Amino acid sequence: MDIERGKVTAIMGPSGTGKTTLLKLIGGQLKPDAGTVHVDGENVHKLSQTALYNLRRRTMGMLFQSGALLTDLSVYDNVAFPLREHTALPEIAIHHLVLLKLEAVGLRGARDLMPAELSGGMARRVALARAIALDPQMIMFDEPFTGQDPISMGVLVKLIHDMNHALGMTSVVVSHDVEETSSIADYIYVISDGKVIQSGAPVDLRHSKSAWVQQFLGGVADGPVPFHYAGAPLMEDLMRVEKI
Amino acid sequence: MIADKLQAIGRNTLNRFVRVGRGSVFLWQILLSLPYLIQRPMLLIRQLYYVGVQTLLIILVAGLFVGMVLALQAYIVLVDFGAEDSISLMVSLSILRELGPVFTGLLFAGRAGSALTAEIGLMKSTEQLSGMEMMAVNPMKYIIAPRFLAGVIAVPLLTSIFMAIAIMGGYFVAIEMLGIYEGVFWSQMQVNVDFYTDLMNGMIKSLVFGFVVVWIAVFEGYDCIPTSEGLGQATTRTVVHGSLAVLGLDFILTALMFSV
Repeated sequence: MDIERGKVTAIMGPSGTGKTTLLKLIGGQLKPDAGTVHVDGENVHKLSQTALYNLRRRTMGMLFQSGALLTDLSVYDNVAFPLREHTALPEIAIHHLVLLKLEAVGLRGARDLMPAELSGGMARRVALARAIALDPQMIMFDEPFTGQDPISMGVLVKLIHDMNHALGMTSVVVSHDVEETSSIADYIYVISDGKVIQSGAPVDLRHSKSAWVQQFLGGVADGPVPFHYAGAPLMEDLMRVEKI
Repeated sequence: MIADKLQAIGRNTLNRFVRVGRGSVFLWQILLSLPYLIQRPMLLIRQLYYVGVQTLLIILVAGLFVGMVLALQAYIVLVDFGAEDSISLMVSLSILRELGPVFTGLLFAGRAGSALTAEIGLMKSTEQLSGMEMMAVNPMKYIIAPRFLAGVIAVPLLTSIFMAIAIMGGYFVAIEMLGIYEGVFWSQMQVNVDFYTDLMNGMIKSLVFGFVVVWIAVFEGYDCIPTSEGLGQATTRTVVHGSLAVLGLDFILTALMFSV
């Protein structure tokens, strides 16, 4: 699996197929049983802890599904957090940077709110502002659209697209929302049970011959992925009364 | 049947050992992270406020009543032997040697320990710890180390406050209620309480209790299963294991310090 610089790469697949695990592997939070992950030419799992932290600071931002905002800090302080931790900038410069990042996600006016006062969509936008605070080369989105109302969803789609174009950031989007993801992705990997089933540009996938991919993209209830969880046939199960 | 039971015992025992092992590695990582606090003293100061100052009220109230009850009970026993003048000796020795450190340890486990576990566990389940890691901020340094050190500092201080207020409680009961002569009360204490064997040993105990309770608390939070059920279990374990550790260690330390 290759993720190209400066492009939006989507990783799609049903729930529980290891999409989030894949992001954690890229970020070095989990160790692979087999295989290697290279980011910016470095093998993530061969690095010392200090080197791994340097790599993360230099190249990676991550947007968690829950936002993962620090609940004891305000919106402003959350966005300022990575800047204060990793740079020696004076507070006035941090102030400008934070306001610019918040302006980019449209939440400059919400800077004094606490994370508990934000809606789910706003929390994700604040988390996005925080993730881009240090201008990483790559940003990973973990299920950015899940559980969002249509407006928030539209805002997030626009933001991911704009960030990628305006800042030239590499984006990795993990998602199972077919419509939204194909509208912004340059390249899509469809995975199931930890394996890449198919990959290609959104248009190519739509014309895929694989019945599995068609079922997934079309959201069909029954098909190669069966509706019924594996088990004995119904009649057999009903007749087996002696067990009760 | 028997084979199943034996297997279960074996599995549980192994799990215990694995947890002890993980806890020890965790403690080692905390100790390695402590120098970071020299650069960021504000992190430590804020936690000192949360675990120390906010535990103060319960320590003050508990200390006052323990001292008062102790003085009353001591009087009831001692007056039969005409030894009620030794009431201050009985109060101060039991407070300094045993009740001060043990009570503070137990109260700290219940008040601050459970709060620490719940806070860290919730940070884990809301991905705040993961998020911090991905922002290249080590949660070990930023979250765990300041809370740990704050606890280790706070418990001996809380213990000394508990001791002082308990003796004041005993003084109040002895002088105001029981009519013991004030000069006798203080002079008995002055002559018979030794700075090293009594006060210092009590403070060493409190240092050990604080270390163990706060270690258990931060470990349980960091190691919890990030669900609401797992978090509840972890908080309960902090209080149960923390309290049992205080009582068990108290026996061992007393045996080492005061055995003849």
